[in-house]
Amino acid sequence: MTWTLVLALSAIAYVFKVTGLVIVGGRQLPAVVDRCLGLIPAALVSALIVNSTLGGDDGMVFDARAIGVAAAILVAAKRAPLVVVIVTGAAVTALVRATGIAG
Amino acid sequence: MSDVQQEVSAEDRSLAMSCAVLGAAVGVFGIAFGVGSVAAGGSVAMTCVMSLLVFTGASQFSAVSVIAAGGSTVAALGGASLLAARNAVYGLAMSRTLQGPLLSRLVAAQITIDESTAMSTAQEHPQAARSAFWWTGASVYVFWNLGTLIGALAGNAIDPEQFGLDAAFPAGFVAMIIPHLRHRNGRRAAAIGAVACAVTMPFLPAGVPILCASVGVLVGVKKR
Repeated sequence: MTWTLVLALSAIAYVFKVTGLVIVGGRQLPAVVDRCLGLIPAALVSALIVNSTLGGDDGMVFDARAIGVAAAILVAAKRAPLVVVIVTGAAVTALVRATGIAG
Repeated sequence: MSDVQQEVSAEDRSLAMSCAVLGAAVGVFGIAFGVGSVAAGGSVAMTCVMSLLVFTGASQFSAVSVIAAGGSTVAALGGASLLAARNAVYGLAMSRTLQGPLLSRLVAAQITIDESTAMSTAQEHPQAARSAFWWTGASVYVFWNLGTLIGALAGNAIDPEQFGLDAAFPAGFVAMIIPHLRHRNGRRAAAIGAVACAVTMPFLPAGVPILCASVGVLVGVKKR
């Protein structure tokens, strides 16, 4: 690991982060662009759920996380607060691992 | 009047609590990052500066894992950059909420990440969306960097997976997506995003499937 890596990655990461915020900024956008931007969280957060539930070194894996997240979906559907949903997901996953049902 | 105020502050408290819990979960992964980075040959200073300046966990883990596996700096940068690219899309999504002086947007950019964007866009009111963004971003920033320092100094620490903490993130995102599923276009965009991610995961490098999920926003081209 080198300082070159650390500093180059810092610059690249910041450029990505700042682009959308500063370029669009307070500008008025066409309604269609506005509607599409409003849907970014729906599309990307659902992808993050899939990615962080099933992501592994080799593409996709089904492990204890899938069971924990299924439990989290159940309590979230019952309008449980965020903290409860997170704790349920983590606790069920840990339990499934501890009992050896799944890794 | 006082009822309204009480209601708002109760909401604020529960929001602040959620932001803190999320930050603490991230902190445990900060410890894991610190351990991994030092094990991959980074100094404590390099490791901490990376967390302070790069501040996007998936990219940092990716860079360190490539180096640990014997990869070059260029190879490490490539994968990490692909993972960081989604933050540009988050910036676009947050540009409505985070209007204000240039300086505040330049600061906001540094904490424009998965957690702050998801937490903010889950809020109904614009003021709550702004609070959620700053609180989540600040909480994650503090815990991630504190965790990194502890991990880098400790060398070996707890295994986050033993406590199911790797499932804490998808579980948190599940709670955060619920408000987006109330509208038909939101449900369609979410479904397309999930499918696009799942079908591309087996053969695209890590991080890219999340970018592919952006096609889901195209349902907004037609009015609802």
